[in-house]
Amino acid sequence: MLVRFFSALGRPLVRFVQYLGEVVVLAADTFNSLFTHRLRWKLFLNQVVEIGLLSQLVVVITGGFTGAVFSAQTYFQFHKIGMGSATGAVVSVALMRELGPVLTALMVTGRVGAAMSAEIGTMKVTEQIDALRALAVYPTDYLVVPRALAMMVSMPLLVAECIAVGIGVGYLVAISLLEINGTYYMANMVRWTRSRDIIMGLSKAFCFGILIVFISCHKGLTAREGAVGVGRATTEAVVNASLAVLVSNFFLTMTLNIIYPAGYQ
Amino acid sequence: MTNNGSMISVKGLIKRIGAQEILRGVDLEVARAETLAIIGRSGGGKSVLLKHLIGLMQPDAGEIRIEGESIIGMKERRLATIRQKVGILFQGSALFDSMTVAENIAFPLREAGERDPNVLRTKVNEMLEIMDMPGQEEKMPVNLSGGMKKRVGLARSIIRQPSCILYDEPTSGLDPVVSDSINRLIRRLQRRFGITSIVVTHDMKNAFHVADRIAYLHEGRIRFQGTSEELRQSNDQLLQDFLLGRSEEQLTPQAFGAES
Repeated sequence: MLVRFFSALGRPLVRFVQYLGEVVVLAADTFNSLFTHRLRWKLFLNQVVEIGLLSQLVVVITGGFTGAVFSAQTYFQFHKIGMGSATGAVVSVALMRELGPVLTALMVTGRVGAAMSAEIGTMKVTEQIDALRALAVYPTDYLVVPRALAMMVSMPLLVAECIAVGIGVGYLVAISLLEINGTYYMANMVRWTRSRDIIMGLSKAFCFGILIVFISCHKGLTAREGAVGVGRATTEAVVNASLAVLVSNFFLTMTLNIIYPAGYQ
Repeated sequence: MTNNGSMISVKGLIKRIGAQEILRGVDLEVARAETLAIIGRSGGGKSVLLKHLIGLMQPDAGEIRIEGESIIGMKERRLATIRQKVGILFQGSALFDSMTVAENIAFPLREAGERDPNVLRTKVNEMLEIMDMPGQEEKMPVNLSGGMKKRVGLARSIIRQPSCILYDEPTSGLDPVVSDSINRLIRRLQRRFGITSIVVTHDMKNAFHVADRIAYLHEGRIRFQGTSEELRQSNDQLLQDFLLGRSEEQLTPQAFGAES
């Protein structure tokens, strides 16, 4: 009875640890390959287009509406205590430290992570990955390295774009709909926003990019059993990567806050 | 070493997948420039055996030597040198579906560092010529018929002139005419380039047509090895049943009794 209880408890735990191990091994293999083997520039640039360039619309809309609604909500609350003009500072710092990186990462997971695991998963189940291996090409070099590097380059840029658009739209909403004085709005925002807030946002973006790309590629590479398997791999990639982003965000916030403390100091 | 003369040498190969023992001690020698057909029931481990020969799968026990060099436990990156000597034609052709026919065929050369578009074009055209499908460079794999896919997959495998090619069910799912043309192609490649070929198949016509020697894989072991003539004259009941396509149900009266 007791044995069965512990084995029921232990098996998923072992499986989870094994899964984490596999993702870490893939990441280690990729970084090893990145520094010791020739980069396929064409594939890398293709992925920059796929991940970076083509995700812009989604990211701009996400950033814009988040900035707009956050500006409005902040104003509604702060206005009551006569601090309406502090709205700009709150919107800017929140977008940089939390909203920009997390929402961009979630959108990129849905758009790019899903595509990655579906594409690699389809290649896996149609023996195209075996074909790569049989043609003396190491799949990590060919499939994962260009995607990982493109993600590391693109994510900080996308997050920067999201934050910039969010701040811009927040400002427009504030001065046109909420009747905040634009000068006060800007002055407070610049006064309370520090370069370390930007650094924190971009650092998070980089970390989230790494999480998304390795979780998605790993799910693709381990897909099995035809179309159903690819579907399952894609779903799991999106769910796991989203959860990883949200959970790691908390720990990143706590750690990075030691290096880049929040607030006016 | 005793196997210096042979291209591929397999000894005591054992492979389990899950609880099932797929290969139970396979011993096989393939001489240089010969064509060996491996026949056997579907799901009998023929494709699994073939994938071991190029290091796509690692066995639980046993030994595989390619031109005298053991590939067991070899790291994926080191296997690349073996894979330049041994090509494989996959059952589903496994063409890269994001690339055109020409890009697929030129892929191994490009990966080996060949950048000159003229050289690549010449080589691709030459391959398409050999495969009897000139002028198809710009087609996408999705627009090709099964037989054409096999030809493109074959062209991709031989463009770097390996000394051995493994064929995984080259004629399965093809009509008899196309099957025949693929058989001729295998023969032609073998004669023209002196390529060692291993053909895994359950199509007996295919096996008789292309093979110098035939091996029968049964329940994870090689049950018979010999020329097609020896195979025809063999008095192994199981083998004769396989050749004539008789199933066990037809043979045992109990099977009828049990069903009715």
